[in-house]
Amino acid sequence: LHFSFLVVKTTSNRNPTDKMSLSAKDKNTVKAFWANVVGMEEDIGCDAVSRMLTVYPQTKIYFSHWKDLSPGSAPVRKHGATVMTAVTDAVSKIDDLTGGLLSLSELHAFTLRVDPANFKVLAHNLLVVLAIVFPNDFTPEVHVAMDKFLAAVARALSEKYR
Amino acid sequence: MVEWSETERSIITNIFSNLDYNDIGPKALVRCLIVYPWTQRYFASFGNLYNAEAISNNPQVAAHGIRVLHGLDRALKNMDNIKATYAELSVLHSEKLHVDPDNFKLLSDCLTIVVAGKMGSAFTPEIQATFQKFLAVVVSALGRQYH
Repeated sequence: LHFSFLVVKTTSNRNPTDKMSLSAKDKNTVKAFWANVVGMEEDIGCDAVSRMLTVYPQTKIYFSHWKDLSPGSAPVRKHGATVMTAVTDAVSKIDDLTGGLLSLSELHAFTLRVDPANFKVLAHNLLVVLAIVFPNDFTPEVHVAMDKFLAAVARALSEKYR
Repeated sequence: MVEWSETERSIITNIFSNLDYNDIGPKALVRCLIVYPWTQRYFASFGNLYNAEAISNNPQVAAHGIRVLHGLDRALKNMDNIKATYAELSVLHSEKLHVDPDNFKLLSDCLTIVVAGKMGSAFTPEIQATFQKFLAVVVSALGRQYH
């Protein structure tokens, strides 16, 4: 999915390749909302990964070494926890995602070699889980801030690819 | 042609028979206009879309959301021929409304999230897969007549 975006002349030092970067309001919204998630990383992560593997079966190719790829299985739960804990960490590094996620980017680029298109896929499934778990708090305003944040995380993870 | 199992057909039928169109329609369109603000380009005549609150309270947005959601009824009734069913609407969106077909996916993602929020954990991974398959077929059909 390609976005066409308005190029606005500003006097800030913003990196010209930044697309739709996070405003102060976005960051505050994400931090406030994510406080609800802390402590639930395993359940939320498990559900998000389960959905990704079910709804987008092509993503299973990255987990061919697992014994069991069914929703809620032990490896799915463990991986969901790993990924979601990393997202919690990314929230704490929201002011410098590129720097903060450097080693994770190297991992994804050189070792895992996950096609970056899949970051968007996982993000979508995470948003679905958040809508289910927090039906009242996951308002449209929170949704847009979270969507932007996850896109920024994806960009930071893609940094080292080429 | 798209194949639908009996399970998939009943999942889709159940979702829509329990759907409150007057609630879900507006919510989906409101969410789309807020999360993907460039989609507001098609609604210049709808008045106040200046911020999330204005969009959420805009009666034209609400009415239009209901209308768009009912647009899915034709797919529901013609699941074995969705492509042909939407040919006319596809031409309309291309020739008259000039809607970028990428936007259909954006609205469909918002609808998925709104339905998930409404159904809660009853919106299982399997049901999500079927619902998204259904929407993907509609989205594809709506983009078919663009040239």
